[in-house]
Amino acid sequence: MSNVNSISWLIGGPQGSGVDSAANIFARTCAKEGFHIFGKREFYSNIKGEHSYFTIRVSEKPVNSHLEEINMLVSFDAETVFRHADRVSSGGVIIYDSTLAETTLVEVPTIDFEASNRIRKLLEDSGHSVNLSGMLEFAKSRGCIVYGLPYFEMIEAVAIKMNDPKLSKLARVVNVMAISASISLLGIKKDALTSAIQDVFGSKPKLVTINIEAAEYAYSQMSSKFDPKTIKYKITPKDALQDYLLVSGSQAAAIGKILGGCRFQTYYPITPASDESEFLESNQIIDQSNGKNGSIIVVQTEDEIAAVTMAIGASLTGVRTATATSGPGFSLMAEALGWAGMNEVPLVITMYQRAGPSTGLPTRHEQSDLLFAINAGHGEFPKIVLASGDIEESFYDAIKAFNLAEIYQLPVIHLLDKAISSSIKTCKRFSNELKIERGKFKNNIDKNEGGGAAGHFQRFKLDDSPVSTRVPIGTENAIFWNTGDEHTEEGHISEDPENRNKMMDKRMKKLEIALEKIADDDKVTCYDFGPGAKNVIISWGSTKGAILEAIRKLSEEGNKFRFIQVRLLHPFPTETVKKFLVDANQVIDVEMNYTSQLASLVQQNTRAKIDYKIVKYNGRPMSTTEIYIALKAILSGTNERRIILDGGT
Amino acid sequence: MAELKLADYKTTVHNDWCPGCGDFGILNAIQMALSEMQIPRHKAVIFSGIGCSGKTSHFINVYGIHTLHGRVLPFAQGAKIANPDLEIIAVGGDGDGLGIGAGHFVGAGRKNVDIPYLIFNNEVYGLTKGQASPTLRLGEKTKSLVSPNTSNSVNPIALAFVSGFTFIARSYSYDVKHLKDTIQRAIKHKGLAFIDVLQPCPTYDDIHTREWFQGKNKLEPQTTGPRIYKIEDTGYNGTINDESEVNEKMSKILEYSTEWGDKIPIGTFYQNELVPTYHQRIAENNKEYFASPPSHQEISDNENKPIARIDRILDKLKVN
Repeated sequence: MSNVNSISWLIGGPQGSGVDSAANIFARTCAKEGFHIFGKREFYSNIKGEHSYFTIRVSEKPVNSHLEEINMLVSFDAETVFRHADRVSSGGVIIYDSTLAETTLVEVPTIDFEASNRIRKLLEDSGHSVNLSGMLEFAKSRGCIVYGLPYFEMIEAVAIKMNDPKLSKLARVVNVMAISASISLLGIKKDALTSAIQDVFGSKPKLVTINIEAAEYAYSQMSSKFDPKTIKYKITPKDALQDYLLVSGSQAAAIGKILGGCRFQTYYPITPASDESEFLESNQIIDQSNGKNGSIIVVQTEDEIAAVTMAIGASLTGVRTATATSGPGFSLMAEALGWAGMNEVPLVITMYQRAGPSTGLPTRHEQSDLLFAINAGHGEFPKIVLASGDIEESFYDAIKAFNLAEIYQLPVIHLLDKAISSSIKTCKRFSNELKIERGKFKNNIDKNEGGGAAGHFQRFKLDDSPVSTRVPIGTENAIFWNTGDEHTEEGHISEDPENRNKMMDKRMKKLEIALEKIADDDKVTCYDFGPGAKNVIISWGSTKGAILEAIRKLSEEGNKFRFIQVRLLHPFPTETVKKFLVDANQVIDVEMNYTSQLASLVQQNTRAKIDYKIVKYNGRPMSTTEIYIALKAILSGTNERRIILDGGT
Repeated sequence: MAELKLADYKTTVHNDWCPGCGDFGILNAIQMALSEMQIPRHKAVIFSGIGCSGKTSHFINVYGIHTLHGRVLPFAQGAKIANPDLEIIAVGGDGDGLGIGAGHFVGAGRKNVDIPYLIFNNEVYGLTKGQASPTLRLGEKTKSLVSPNTSNSVNPIALAFVSGFTFIARSYSYDVKHLKDTIQRAIKHKGLAFIDVLQPCPTYDDIHTREWFQGKNKLEPQTTGPRIYKIEDTGYNGTINDESEVNEKMSKILEYSTEWGDKIPIGTFYQNELVPTYHQRIAENNKEYFASPPSHQEISDNENKPIARIDRILDKLKVN
C-alpha cells in the first residue's frame, strides 16, 4: 500500500467519550478532501466506560473493507494504546496522552482478564515494562513514531483563550483535539476539518464553536511542535467527490424503506437493529413529488412477537409494512412468520444479524442466521430470503424486498448484519429512479367481481395463477377471512384433504414462479478477475468488500479469481449458481460463521464440491488482510481445508 | 343504502361449538350490536385469537381475521393504527388474553388504541380439553383437572385498570341484551375498551355452570336469585368527567373486581375518555395522520415510480 493518500486510521476511547463523533469528523474531513472512506465501528454491550473504537480507511479509490494493520492510532486514554499499538505498522504513528505515560496495565480496569494477559505477555516477552511507556517503547522498537500530547494542559489553554473557566465542559473536546492533531500530521488543511465539525455538530451552535476552537488549538500546537515531514503518511487534496454521501448501513436501509413506500414499521429495541427504526422515526414526515407530505408510522412494541404481529395486522390494510430486528427477536417472530405465509401477507423483516447463539456477543458481528432465516417457522410455507453485501445494496435491496413481498404475497427476510449496519462508507448518491411493483394489489372490487358468495371475495382463489388478487381489509364488496388454519378460497377453516393439497400447491408454487421471474443479477452477482478463472470464491452478505479487495490484489499479482456473491438465498438459485461454478477447479466458501452455512446450501442444491472453507466466528468482521492471507495459503496448496480466521480486537 | 338486518351479519359457516356453549350468546350479542349500529359490513373487522372463541370471526359476516394464540391484540392494533377508519373488534379467550397473551394485554393498555376487546372468560382451556385457565381460582378443580388448580388466578378487571385500559366492563354471556349494550358502549368508546364476559363452559367447567350463576349452591342459603347483579342498578356510574375522580373510582373498581361468590357485579366499571388515544398521540407529531393514515397513502405514480422524495435526507448526509 502506498503511503500517500491511503491510510488505515483508528481512534479509540471509553464508550460515551465521543469516539463516534470524532471518527465521523475525521471521515468527513477526508471525504471533503476528495477521498473515499470505509469506517468500521466496534463497541461493547455497555453504556459508558468500556473500550470502543472506530477504524477508518481513507483511499483514492472506492473502499469497502478494513485492514488488520493500523497506520495511525489516535488515542486519548491508555487502553486504546494497550489494545491496538501492536497492530500499528512500521513507520506508523501513535498519538497518545503524554500525562498517562506511567499508567500501568492493571490501572485500566476495563481491559478484561484475557486481553490483559495477552498484553502483559507481549510486553514481558519483548522485555518492556508493563505500562503505557513500555507499550510505546515496544511500538517504537517496531518502527512506529509516537507523539505525546498533554491534553489537560491544552484544554486549559483553550479555556483561557475562550475565557471560559468551566473546564468540565471542555473535557469532552479531547476527542476532537486528538483527531485534529492527526489531521495536522497528515498535512490536511484546517478548512475541511472545520467544515466537518459543522456537519457533525451543526444542530448545536455552541458545540460547534467550542469544538472548532479546540480543534484549531490542537492543530496549531501539533504543526508548531512536530514536522509533518517526519512521517510517511500524507493526505493531499483530490478533486471533490461529486454527489457522494457518507452513510451507514442502517441509514441506507431506512432511506430505502422510505423511498420504497414503507409507511408502517414496528420494532422492539435490540442491537444492532434499533438504529434503523430510530432513523425512520426521525424522518417520519416524508417529502413527496405530489407536493403533499407522506409519513411513516414507527411503533415501538412490547416485544418482538407484538412487533411482527402488529406489522402483519397493518399489512392487511394495504400499507407496505416492515419490522426490523436481530437474531433473538427474530427467534420470537417465527410463529407469526408462518401465519403471514399461510395468509399470503406481504411483510418485510429486516434482520440485522449479530453473533449468537442466545445473547451471544450482542454488539459484535456474525452471519450465522442464514439457515435459521430460511427455515424459521413450523410447517412449510413460502418465504423469500435475500442478503445485501454492502451499504449501497442495503438501500436498493430494501426497495426490492417490498416489491418481492407484494408481487408474491409472502414474507421477505432481508438479511443484513452488524458489520453493514454500523459501518460507514462514501456512497454515490442514491437514485430516486426505481420502480414500485405491487403485483396483484387492488383497492376496489366491483360488486360481482369477488367470486365468492354475495359481497364475499375469494382472497385465495384457486385458478391458473398461484398468486391471487389481494385487497385491503375494509374494501367494499370484498369481505374475506384469514386464519392460521388451512382454509378455503374465502378464507374459512377447512380440514378437507383435497383442499389442503390445492392450497399447499398454490402457496408453494409461488417460490417456483419467483425463481423463474427474479432476474439473474438479483440472484447472484459474479465478479471475474481475469478470464477463465478456475479459483471460485462463493460467499454472501458483508464479506463482499473484503473478498473483492483481496482478490483484486491477488489478481494484480497474476492470479485469476471469480467471486460469486449469492444475493437470493431462498428460494435457492440453483441453476444460476451452477452456471457460474461450471468451470471451477477449486471452490472456496467464505463466511462469518462456524458451520459454513452457505456451503451446505450450495452442496445440497447444486451438488458442487466445496474444496475450501474460510470461516470466522470471533465476532469481528473479516478484514481484507486475513482473506488475502488465507487465499494465498490456498494458492500455495495448503492442506488445511477449513481455515479459521481470528483477526480483530 | 338498504337497512342491514341481523341475518346479514351471520355467515353460513357451520358452528361447531358444544351445545349450550356460552360463546353463542356472545356471538349473538356482537352480531346484534353491529346490526343495531348499522355498521357497514365491509368497514367492520373481527380479529380473534385461538381456541373456541377464536372461531367467532368465521361466524360473523364482516371481515374476519383469525390470528395466533395470544396475539390478537397486536394484530388488531396494527390494523387499527394503519387504518383508523376501520371498526375493529378483538375477541379471544381467557387463556389467550391473560395467559399466553398477558404481555400484550398490558402493552395494549399502555397504548390505548381505539378498539374494543372481549375476553370470553370460562376459566378453562376448552379446545384442548379443559385445562385450568388463568382465571380459574387457586384450589378449584374443574372436572378434567387431575388435581386442584395450583396456580392463583389473575384479576382481569384490576389488570385492565392498572395497564391503562380506558373502558372496563364486565357482562354475562346469557344476558345478551346487557352484553350487546355493553359492546355498543365499548365500540363507541374512544380508546381501548375491555369487556370481561363471564361464560359457562358446559363441557369442562362443572363449577361455574349456568345454574351456579343463576344462584345454585349459594353460601348463604337464605339468599336466593341470581348471583349476578348490575352495578348501574345500584346507582354506580363509571364515567370519569375529571381526572381528579380517577383515584376514588380506582378503589371502587378494585372492590368490584374482587367481589365474587354470592354476588358478582357486572356493568361498566370505568370509562375515561380524557386519556388521549394512541391515534391522537401519533397525530401530535404527525398532523396529517387522521386525514392520511398509512393505509390511505399513495406511494407510487402512474409510471410506478416512488412519489417519496429523499433529497432532504440525503442532503444531510452528503460529503460536500
